[in-house]
Amino acid sequence: MEQAAAAPLKKTPLNARHRASGAKMVSFGGWDMPVEYSGIVAEHMAVRERAGLFDVSHMGEIEIAGKDALAAVQRISSNDARKLQVGQAQYSGLLTPRGTFVDDLLVYCLAPAHFLLVVNAGNIPKDYAWIAEHIKNVGDAVAVDASSRYALLAIQGPKALEVLQPLTGIDLAGMKYYWFAHGEVASVRATVSRTGYTGEDGFEVFVPPQSADRVWQAILESGTSAEVIPCGLGARDTLRLEASMRLHGNDIDDTTTALEADLGWIVGWKKDDFIGAAALREQKASGVTRKIVGFEMVDRGIARHGYDAYVGETKCGLVTSGTQTPFLKKAIGMAYVPIEHTAIGKEFDVDIRGRRTRARIVPMPFYKRSK
Amino acid sequence: MAYPTNLKYTKDHEWIALAGEKGKVGITDYAQAQLGDVVYVELPEVGAKLKQGQSFGTIESVKAVSELYSPVTGEVVEVNSALKDKPETVNKDPHGSWMIVIRMTNAGETDGLLDATQYEKVIT
Repeated sequence: MEQAAAAPLKKTPLNARHRASGAKMVSFGGWDMPVEYSGIVAEHMAVRERAGLFDVSHMGEIEIAGKDALAAVQRISSNDARKLQVGQAQYSGLLTPRGTFVDDLLVYCLAPAHFLLVVNAGNIPKDYAWIAEHIKNVGDAVAVDASSRYALLAIQGPKALEVLQPLTGIDLAGMKYYWFAHGEVASVRATVSRTGYTGEDGFEVFVPPQSADRVWQAILESGTSAEVIPCGLGARDTLRLEASMRLHGNDIDDTTTALEADLGWIVGWKKDDFIGAAALREQKASGVTRKIVGFEMVDRGIARHGYDAYVGETKCGLVTSGTQTPFLKKAIGMAYVPIEHTAIGKEFDVDIRGRRTRARIVPMPFYKRSK
Repeated sequence: MAYPTNLKYTKDHEWIALAGEKGKVGITDYAQAQLGDVVYVELPEVGAKLKQGQSFGTIESVKAVSELYSPVTGEVVEVNSALKDKPETVNKDPHGSWMIVIRMTNAGETDGLLDATQYEKVIT
């Protein structure tokens, strides 16, 4: 919970609302963000059982437009954007030539020659510079950092649809997973996508920053009878970990390739050249030497980000995420281990502050919602 | 929350209930509120020798790990093992959720502990 030393923290349009509501605030990726309102466990359970509302306006939005926008996206994004129809989104990676992660992102196809990239808050300037540099020779395509034009709210949980639907004319029930539509929410111009970072059904709502508080309040009011509560980044982290979603900076970074992160499904193998393609094709052919796995603790203890993994006396890997999860009520995590040690059921030890503590590899996702 | 006047406190946010040569130790309401939902408590074995200010265990919330510091020097004579299975009671009843009982070996140390009024000044 250390504060950033130098630059003042950035604030989302809902900052005053969070503070007035008594949320506990922390510094995250250069932003002053709510980590919890009523408690991480209560918020986590609300999203699994009812619905929770998150301010994720710190996320970045980079738009790519121009006649050759598709070619530009294809160059810098690992997934195959040709598969996207207008109104559809996909998860993807912004990769280095080594096939490792500059960032992970969602690519939204707004129009045949207009894409919206949603990137991680702490990476916005880095991503924008990377993208601008690598699309300059593609042709007629320009990237714009449009982050300040969007506030982003996420309503997540089994009751998200019934809470949000009364506020919008968009047919939410008819919206498929990873599709989006433009319209109004609480009489505010909005783009709504059926996406999220919690492992639950839910929607993300892009609105102009000046209207963010109005939409926030309207969603909470609409969710009164469903007992929707505001949630912070703490629950967002435990929810995404239960759902085995990778967190950039923890589970993936510029030292881990898409294949090592077990994200081969976001690599467009049939695409022409893109940044990282050659390295990934070579790694796919020769085979990875290590891979991310999901584990649960066998012994008592909680493995956390940065703890070392051992097989016998040999240090062999690294825990990238770990916590005690509120819904599954288990200590779980993700770790990179040698490929010969990645089978389900294999065990390894985690060094928890000097104590070797046994963990067992289990299938991911840890949590999968019932449809 | 009012801080009970029968307890002594440390700047590290532990409390101790003194009774003769023994002291019962826990963490304050302020500490539990800062931590958030407590999910794990690691406590020492009976017989462990502790110096004042020395770590006697760890407490973990969903987000963070914190050390527990002994308010006094002495030997652990009792451990509240019920907290292993119900760590969340630290949030619900911080001043009732004792963690260890210490038999003190340096009685003079207790003079340096804070009373409730002094502790409330530390946290405001």
